[in-house]
Amino acid sequence: MECERCHQRPATVHLTEIINNEKRTMRLCEQCARELQAQAMGFFPQINLHNFLAGLLHNEFGFPTTGPTVAPAGARCEACGLTEAQFARQGLLGCGECYRYFGPRLEPVFRRIHGNTCHTGKVPERTGGKVRVINRIERLKAQLREAISREEFERAAELRDTIRELEKELQEG
Amino acid sequence: MSIRETVNNPHSHWMDGTGPESDIVISSRVRVARNLAHLPFPHLLSREKAEEVIHAVQTAIENRVFREKVGKMELTRMNELTPVERQILVEKHLISPDLLEGFERKAVVLRDDEVFSVMVNEEDHLRLQCLLPGLQLNRAWELVSRLDDGLEATLDYAFDEKLGYLTACPTNVGTGLRASVMLHLPGLVMVNQIKGVLGTITKLGLTVRGLYGEGTEAKGNLFQVSNQVTLGQAEEDIIANLISVTRQLLGQERAAREALYRERREQLEDRVGRAYGLLKHARVMTSDEAMSLFSDLRLGIDMGIIKNIPAPLIIELMVLTRPAFLVKVTGKDLSPVERDIYRAQLIRKKLSAAQQS
Repeated sequence: MECERCHQRPATVHLTEIINNEKRTMRLCEQCARELQAQAMGFFPQINLHNFLAGLLHNEFGFPTTGPTVAPAGARCEACGLTEAQFARQGLLGCGECYRYFGPRLEPVFRRIHGNTCHTGKVPERTGGKVRVINRIERLKAQLREAISREEFERAAELRDTIRELEKELQEG
Repeated sequence: MSIRETVNNPHSHWMDGTGPESDIVISSRVRVARNLAHLPFPHLLSREKAEEVIHAVQTAIENRVFREKVGKMELTRMNELTPVERQILVEKHLISPDLLEGFERKAVVLRDDEVFSVMVNEEDHLRLQCLLPGLQLNRAWELVSRLDDGLEATLDYAFDEKLGYLTACPTNVGTGLRASVMLHLPGLVMVNQIKGVLGTITKLGLTVRGLYGEGTEAKGNLFQVSNQVTLGQAEEDIIANLISVTRQLLGQERAAREALYRERREQLEDRVGRAYGLLKHARVMTSDEAMSLFSDLRLGIDMGIIKNIPAPLIIELMVLTRPAFLVKVTGKDLSPVERDIYRAQLIRKKLSAAQQS
């Protein structure tokens, strides 16, 4: 029988783990067993983030989570040439275009890491363009609602005019 | 002041001990990851393209708008520094250990006061950092955002309307923001509460690391707490969350210290006194031993058990007695044993100087 972890050496050790009352037995070669135990005993530094992420990506991108990966043909970013396999192995994207290229398949990854798929923070001052204006309008609308609720009508009128101007600006592009 | 002074001087503004809550919060750090549009991320960059990034940053920091917003900053290629000097920048927390790998293609940009640093071609093209003493996360974000605007005045960032700032690793996408506080928590360690407390933190979307970042051990009871999520929350919200968790930790640490003082006063004073004695008189001292004694001594200072040593000196000693600094101070390559001897000597000297002044 081959080792369940490396799929290379023969399995000679039975390792039993009990995590959250769930028992799991693995058949491992000696080397893998030693490595796993050392990890469990905390001899290894924390899990390396990239390896960990690569594991997540493996699931998402449909690769087996253990053993050496064979790169599937095709699937690569048109801009930088990064392949899916490379990405799944390293956990790093190759360029900004990769986000568009691998787009929909990254979403579950974002959801798992961040619990979210949409940026709501800062937008570049100079090049943020539209997004910046849209965000500004949103903020002004909130202020407008507040002004109205406080019956500060002069201020509300000012805010309304600014919002109209910005919306016009946005339409004219 | 220049990069030469930076690597020769163990002191940095973040070690001042001046900010709020500085008895427990040693420093606050905010960094953002940014990439240039139309170029592959650093791990896929050719040598020429890596050079292009460094060149673009050099031009950006010379720009008038940048100077007005941020002030004068100096770019240094990593290959202009000796290995010891590069290591010193890590020991002063101005760069990450990752910037040392493949250093020929990398650079660092520093402002004189070392409050700002920019790593060029680390995992992302740009990693902008602001490091301040005490609990000053809002101020650090304000400053780093200004630095960001200064650079963006001339650089085109990789930014997506939906996903925000695009980064090499999907764990940084969105705000690209990592805010962290370095906390000294000896009380919680001594009352055996640290594991539970830190375990709870990880459930709140935060992570805990050792002194020198990812994958490092918590030496000297120093813990780095930082946010995990970068997408879907505004920068201000991420920071507000970290601040509120930090305040909770401060409360718990202070309660632990009080409990120790109330219930185990002799043991506590004994521990502090022993640490002080060893540091003052030992002749051979490993780095790990020094770190744990520094922690005890610092606790003694913060609790008023030791009165004649300024608290910031301990943080400075923590940096000064790291391996690379010792090599720099003594000006020669040292074997580990020699290092331990010099370390002990340096600590004795610094402590007795502090007592006399």
